[in-house]
Amino acid sequence: MQGGWSRKRGRFLRMNEFSSAIVAALSMIVTLDEGLVEIVLLSLQVSLGAVTIASVIALPLGAVIALQSFPGRRGVVILLNALMGLPPVVVGLVVYLLLSRAGPLGPMGLLFTPAAMIIAQSIIVLPIIAALSRQTIADLHEEYDEHLRSLGCTPMQSVATLLWDGRFRLLTAIMAGFGRAIAEVGAVIIVGGNIQHATRVMTTTIALETSKGNLALALGLGLILVTLALGVNATALVISDAARRRYG
Amino acid sequence: MVDEAPRTEACRQAPPDSSDDHPLLPLVARGLHFGINGRTIIKDVSFWIGSSGRTVILGPNGAGKSVMLRLCHGLLNPTSGEIRWGDLSVAQAREQQAMAAQHPVLLRRTATGNLMHVLRVKGVPQEQRHDMVEAALHQAGLEGLGSRAARTLSGGQQQRLAIARACVLRPEVLLLDEPTANLDPAAVRGVEELVRAVAAAGTKILMTTHDIAQARRLATDVMFLNDGRLLEHAPAAEFFASPKDPAAARFLAGELLD
Repeated sequence: MQGGWSRKRGRFLRMNEFSSAIVAALSMIVTLDEGLVEIVLLSLQVSLGAVTIASVIALPLGAVIALQSFPGRRGVVILLNALMGLPPVVVGLVVYLLLSRAGPLGPMGLLFTPAAMIIAQSIIVLPIIAALSRQTIADLHEEYDEHLRSLGCTPMQSVATLLWDGRFRLLTAIMAGFGRAIAEVGAVIIVGGNIQHATRVMTTTIALETSKGNLALALGLGLILVTLALGVNATALVISDAARRRYG
Repeated sequence: MVDEAPRTEACRQAPPDSSDDHPLLPLVARGLHFGINGRTIIKDVSFWIGSSGRTVILGPNGAGKSVMLRLCHGLLNPTSGEIRWGDLSVAQAREQQAMAAQHPVLLRRTATGNLMHVLRVKGVPQEQRHDMVEAALHQAGLEGLGSRAARTLSGGQQQRLAIARACVLRPEVLLLDEPTANLDPAAVRGVEELVRAVAAAGTKILMTTHDIAQARRLATDVMFLNDGRLLEHAPAAEFFASPKDPAAARFLAGELLD
């Protein structure tokens, strides 16, 4: 710390640099700077795509694990919960190896495309949505089971009832997945390559531009990313809170 | 084995030919045993219920009343022994029965949504549902509360809704497990009136309670259960006037049973 900040003049300059970067960042946001918008839109496209694909697989998977008893179910549940902490960098590495020219999926030519980034983020997000939805459906099932059996519900009717009554908590699970995807940098930078106008998303751009010293763009994107991440979490909380007060 | 089971008072209570004209009666249990995790909860219970009145299973907490009810409804399977509803097995009979539990399992929907769910599951045609829901809400004294979330209703309203939901399709038999255990006196009255009304409309009631006063108010016949054994089964007037079983007499006198 001492070295760079010791001289009065140096500190003054740096502070000045910092505040002018903030001003530049804000003006980029306000004027909807073309480069910034392109990056934000690609980020949303990749993460929403990943969450959609992951949800389509994870919600039924969570329901099946919650409702179907089979040998080794406890182990699967533990594994699923553990996979919530999957390090994105490792996922990125594995997907990179699969998609690289010499890899088994190499001929598809997906490496360094948004599709590769969607695949990687889907893998990161899938265990989160599956584990949270399994928990939701298992809790509800424990409570509803006797009533549903007394009614003589078919398995399909039972699942439909549980999914509908768990809808708000399932939505929260999906939003948790989105929050994780949009903020993730390790996987997308490896499989996307951070190529300008092609695979550059908010997190990878922030990493690159900060190291290049282009603080304005990095800060602008940082502000948007924080707002999005906080906004999604706050919305999830508000929804589940309102649902609890409305439906108990 | 089943035939050798010692017959309780219950079996002699009514001759088989006095059965009312009810599709699920008589309810006959022979040599019922139920155990779980090495504990025997129901011990050699046999009975014969022919009348379509309000049968109350009375006994202290832990006597096995709830388990008995669930065995009759087929939510639990006996370890040994057999239950028949008229000519039907328990599983077949369940389609014409409904149950409301001590803590009613209300769906996370509106009161109307809870009633609609039953009608949808049972395949009632869409155009009939609305009127049936309105009638059920009216019978339960819940007019105007249809759009309220079921779980935000008061305890008494929740239990009445659960009974209304159970009765919306006019089941032949309504099973009630301690329907007023957690309610204040005013709410208890509301629930008991609803139970009477349902019974008056021709539904057989089989309910459990540990509340002697409630059994006095509601029962047409009483089954006294203690420690998993059916100790007495008699018409209510007879049971309360002169209980034959010593444990039943002590229970009615307000003593604590071991």
